Amino acid sequence: MAKAKVNGVEVEFDPGMTVLQVAELAGEEIPRFCYHERLSIAGNCRMCLVEVKPGPPKPQASCALPAAEGQEIFTNTPMVKKAREGVMEFLLINHPLDCPICDQGGECDLQDQAMGYGRGGSRYAENKRAVEEKYLGPTIKTFMTRCIQCTRCVRFSTEVAGVTEMGMISRGENAEITSYLEQAVSSELSGNLNDLCPVGALTHKPWSFNYRPWELQKVESIDVMDALGAHIRLDYRGPTVLRALPRLKEDINEEWITDKTRYAVDGLSRQRLDKPYVRKAGGLQATTWSEALSEVAGKLKATSPEKIGVIAGDLIDAEGLKATKDMFSSLGVNNLDCRQDGSKIGRGARETYLFNTGIAGIEDADAILMIGTDLRNEASLINARIRKSWLKGDVQVAVIGEPYDLTYDYVHLGAGPKALKDLKKHAFRDVLKNAEKPVVLVGNGAISGSDGAAVLNLIASEVLSAYDVVRADWNGFNIVHQAASRVAGLDIGFVPHGDGLDTEAMLAGGLDVVVLLGADEIDTSKLKGSFVVYIGHHGDAGAAIADVILPSAAYTEKSGIYVNLEGRVQIAERAVFPKGDAKEEWAIMRALSEAVGKTLPYDSQSDLRAKLIADHPTFGRIDVKPSQKSFDVKTLGAKGEVSDRVFASNIKDFYLTNPIARASVAMAECSAARAPKLSVAAE
Amino acid sequence: MMSRIGQAIKGAMLMDFIGATGLAVKYMFKPKATINYPFEKGPISPRFRGEHALRRYANGEERCIACKLCEAICPAQAITIEAEPRDDGSRRTTRYDIDMVKCIYCGLCQEACPVDAIVEGPNFEFATETREELYYDKERLLANGDRWERVIARNLELDAPYR
Repeated sequence: MAKAKVNGVEVEFDPGMTVLQVAELAGEEIPRFCYHERLSIAGNCRMCLVEVKPGPPKPQASCALPAAEGQEIFTNTPMVKKAREGVMEFLLINHPLDCPICDQGGECDLQDQAMGYGRGGSRYAENKRAVEEKYLGPTIKTFMTRCIQCTRCVRFSTEVAGVTEMGMISRGENAEITSYLEQAVSSELSGNLNDLCPVGALTHKPWSFNYRPWELQKVESIDVMDALGAHIRLDYRGPTVLRALPRLKEDINEEWITDKTRYAVDGLSRQRLDKPYVRKAGGLQATTWSEALSEVAGKLKATSPEKIGVIAGDLIDAEGLKATKDMFSSLGVNNLDCRQDGSKIGRGARETYLFNTGIAGIEDADAILMIGTDLRNEASLINARIRKSWLKGDVQVAVIGEPYDLTYDYVHLGAGPKALKDLKKHAFRDVLKNAEKPVVLVGNGAISGSDGAAVLNLIASEVLSAYDVVRADWNGFNIVHQAASRVAGLDIGFVPHGDGLDTEAMLAGGLDVVVLLGADEIDTSKLKGSFVVYIGHHGDAGAAIADVILPSAAYTEKSGIYVNLEGRVQIAERAVFPKGDAKEEWAIMRALSEAVGKTLPYDSQSDLRAKLIADHPTFGRIDVKPSQKSFDVKTLGAKGEVSDRVFASNIKDFYLTNPIARASVAMAECSAARAPKLSVAAE
Repeated sequence: MMSRIGQAIKGAMLMDFIGATGLAVKYMFKPKATINYPFEKGPISPRFRGEHALRRYANGEERCIACKLCEAICPAQAITIEAEPRDDGSRRTTRYDIDMVKCIYCGLCQEACPVDAIVEGPNFEFATETREELYYDKERLLANGDRWERVIARNLELDAPYR
């Protein structure tokens, strides 16, 4: 540890830290615009000037200056104050005074730092420059006159998002940020550009002019759009959730979230189910809870348990899953499934269906083999982590399955099971063999379908045991889940009991009553012959064919437990109240259980959580990633014939993967922007 | 003892009565202090904080840019604003309500306004028979602005040197 003095106070620091970081260690605040912990250092805003001794007698940019042993750093001398005032005056020369109409107003770095470090007024009387607006896609609204050329957006898009589409052109007063050829930023992380922008040059297009930051109330929540369980903050005003922003969580999302997480919140106020409905004479008619529940209860009592099936969807909290499972188990129903994507996992030990390496742990890997996963669309933030590690040159990646654009280079080994068998003949074998920390990512594309279990078994024998991926000290076997509710469902045992039917078999027909717990990602046309009860919050595929609709609360409208793909149990808080008459899923199940005469033994959510933890102790450990444990890879899947097919991801459109996103205008625009343009022939 | 005698003499000579009568006669010939309201009105300072109005620019464009500073500063929380991009992309309010019953006429909204859109005009005669009539919406406030624009503009001009 080296030592330096900051304003006379001695601090110890790791060699290699910059002066800015050392000053922060000492608790000194250094103003900055271009510097960001997670991006490369640009050193072009000059706001972080400090006085350093020994050194030339002038202020120096602390973000780009390596700290040295015995250095004396001053952050509060007259020289520093004068330097900051000068820099701020220059930055404000061309920055328009339009804070009242700027969406960044109230949460703007430039506003805050001009108050804190700027001069009282300006001496600049000439005309300000004006810069043309750019089109950067459906998520980013530009007002380029406000830009101060910090280049954070350029660095984020090239380094983290992996799309080299933005850059700065010209110099001096003519310098401007632009996208090449005026295209949209084709990244699923583009919303983070707006967060990074320290001024109002890039703002959130879907939310433009809708709110002021000071009028919003905030609650800390967990994202359900993918299985990562990113930490988010929901901002709401009255009954409406207006925006979702990332919270800092080093182990999961760092400080990024995907555009779907961020902008799909407008779907929460559209297409909502707010009343119970019963199908009468061909049409769905609004009714009361008691009538709807007695209708369902009557049907359930009149049907034998073998003829009842329950499919749980992707956005359900653990409480809802637990209550549903308890309720239908008490009726003797064995046809329960929470895997509406048809993946053949969840029967064995917990390690067989978790993302064992961990989201942060993926950065330790030195060789990664992806099997049947479109990681960029299925778990964008894990993909960004792999890119980070790939940029450092720490990892080599190979893919088996359909080749997708993953933002980094990889070896494509083949499309299907044949490539798995031929792996031992490929040069990548040596990479895996020599890797200290090999990682295998298995996606839904490989392990769904009738031969999913056989493929999983093949992966175990051809990859996991052959290259020592699962050892006592390192577990490199990872299932890439796509649904926020999946791991909780598997933990609870929301899978067919005994000879019960799984999702595919349930859809094959023969069931009299099918209960869809927010399940919309299935082919609902196959359920025409059954009496369908839909419990959910959006009028989507499931509600369209339902005979009874029981409205439930969306993820922003209830406190709920979610388990992310690495097995981390997390609690989301409620932001607003459920729409209309909607209730939480567990409360609906509690009421339904009373109506069928098998009352569930809990009356409140805390009772339910106590029961959940008593039955499944893993739920008692909040926000802890389970430690890596090895398991017997031979137990994975089942031996069987493997058909020759292509491991293709089941995500056809990243922006439209769940009912909330499908109801969102912003997501529809993103989807349309990404869709291939129809080429129009010249006449 | 002496003062008692003096009082007695004053009383006997009806001095208070004569003095009061004299005062009354004096005021009979002075100009009247009362005015014949509502047919006559007293002078009002240009800074008078009366009924609110939303102003327009000379070309008819509404001034308000939905910055919500007035809503934020209002100590009585009488102002409610909702905003959205207008068809031409500019930032405008879709709703601008003032609850004139909550309002304490402190004038902070017009102090906060960066574009002199919301002002408290010279009108103080807007009493109504029902409470509901005092919940002003954007239409009403803009109409106020149109009606009082000349006076408001003159008042702002008169007050400008002191701002």
